[in-house]
Amino acid sequence: MPLNLTAIYTIWLREMIRFFRAKSRVIASFSMPIFFLVFLGLGFNASFKFSGLPSGIDYIDFLAPGIIGMALLFDSLSSGLSVLMDKQFGFLKEIMVAPVDRLSIVIGKTLGGTTTALIQGLIILIVASLIGFEVKGVSGLLSSLVFMVLISVSFVGIGMIFASKINDMHGFQLITRLFAFPVFLLSGAFFPSTNLPTWLRYLHYINPLSHGVDGLRFCLIGTSQFSPIQDLFVLLGFCILTMVSGTYFFSVVEVEG
Amino acid sequence: MYAIKTENLTKKYDESIVVNQLSLNIIKGEIFGLLGPNGAGKTTTIKILATLLKPTSGSAEVWGYNVLKEQDVVRKSIGIVFQSPSLDFELTGRENLDFHSRIYNLDRSVRKNRIEEVLELVELSDKADTLVKHYSGGMQRRLEIARGLMHYPKVLYLDEPTLGLDAQTRRRVWEYIKKLNVSEQITVVLTTHYMDEAEQLCDRVAIIDHGEIIALDSPENLKTTIARDIISLQVVDRKKLLEVLKSSDFAAEIIFNELVEESVYLGVENGEK
Ligand SMILES: Nc1ncnc2c1ncn2[C@@H]1O[C@H](COP(=O)(O)OP(=O)(O)OP(=O)(O)O)[C@@H](O)[C@H]1O
Ligand SMILES: [Mg+2]
Repeated sequence: MPLNLTAIYTIWLREMIRFFRAKSRVIASFSMPIFFLVFLGLGFNASFKFSGLPSGIDYIDFLAPGIIGMALLFDSLSSGLSVLMDKQFGFLKEIMVAPVDRLSIVIGKTLGGTTTALIQGLIILIVASLIGFEVKGVSGLLSSLVFMVLISVSFVGIGMIFASKINDMHGFQLITRLFAFPVFLLSGAFFPSTNLPTWLRYLHYINPLSHGVDGLRFCLIGTSQFSPIQDLFVLLGFCILTMVSGTYFFSVVEVEG
Repeated sequence: MYAIKTENLTKKYDESIVVNQLSLNIIKGEIFGLLGPNGAGKTTTIKILATLLKPTSGSAEVWGYNVLKEQDVVRKSIGIVFQSPSLDFELTGRENLDFHSRIYNLDRSVRKNRIEEVLELVELSDKADTLVKHYSGGMQRRLEIARGLMHYPKVLYLDEPTLGLDAQTRRRVWEYIKKLNVSEQITVVLTTHYMDEAEQLCDRVAIIDHGEIIALDSPENLKTTIARDIISLQVVDRKKLLEVLKSSDFAAEIIFNELVEESVYLGVENGEK
């Protein structure tokens, strides 16, 4: 089935216009990860060493990719809100009745969510480098973008699935939070997973975000827990899975009067 | 070939039948009305004809295309104004139209002119760059109508186009609908609660209740040939009223009597008297 590129671009464009118009929401969503980064990074760096931290790696170096992963996770999930809002304010009807296949709609929405997540990821990277984080080279920076995209797309897909099934904002926020916290706490974003008890470590292994954060660490600071190729494939698989199911769930959404 | 043709179209939710064996032929170029009370199944019928809902059984064709098998062509052939708002309130009027023209793949060279054209038709040119959230209800409704027209549809569905509008705005919307029916040669299918609206606008009207067609004719014929008016009464004690009416010879026939709470539609001889 050929994709409808015009429709994908149009849907993405609308997301961008809305994003840049909703300034207060943008600032609010950007500030949380930056607080985490600054307070944890500066607070723990001088005085504290986690056990299991790779040798020669400062906590800020370890933390920054984790915070990026966290920010991408939360921002991507909440982009499901845009589907939910379209449902509530009725615009979804305009989209659903248009001669556009459902996959193209989902891709357009996903690219919108991914773009905003990426902007946030890059801003965090800049803030991190202001407080002492050092990126290992340009190629590392570029390859980290691949991981950022994959993390974003995956969790935008999850957000889309939640949004298809849930009809109220509060319910959506509750469910995404319930989903996001374990995912991010078990991803090794804040501390090395060797500190986890064995049974939790299995959850850490199967957590897609662990592989995202690990891949980011490999690209940005040159150390990783798994092989970066393995990270890439786990994430890619997960990404395809969520896109396919996201499209399926989206295509069976019923629109109100 | 008809603009729209349905055969025994049926939609069930669990056990309740919302659209019941509906067979309709809507002629190209006409303004066709679906008149009925709340819950009659008007919106459900429109949604099936717009490919947004799958019928439980029966078939429907729009401009010769099957709504189940040829969704994409059907969608290209129709424009729709939904009963409830479907605009992006964070965008301007022009941006809403621009989104529509792009997603319907309107040619770049046509896009801009067409936007101006439809804005002019509904007299919103001077408000085009205002955010829709600052529009009044009437302006939003007009923008929706303009948007439904953008891509030169063959058939335009208007689901209660004058819902919530004051008398003056209603009359203006009627004018637009008549105008575009002529100037754009669009077949219009509209739903309404009001006989006067159907009378003003429609070439033919189907009165529908509980998902079934009760009568189908031109508004004049519905009034004169059958010599019967549809009047709607607000009553407190419906049963009592029905008893009184049955025992008197005032009402020729009570066509449908168990409708929305507290209101009765009656078919009576010369209801206007
Ligand atoms: N998703 C659904 N599940 C169950 N019943 C439904 C659903 N959607 C509609 N109905 C029922 O179908 C019936 C017809 O609804 P519909 O919206 O088509 O009526 P309508 O003629 O458009 O009414 P109104 O004038 O109030 O807009 C109603 O009784 C409604 O409760
Ligand atoms: Mg309705």
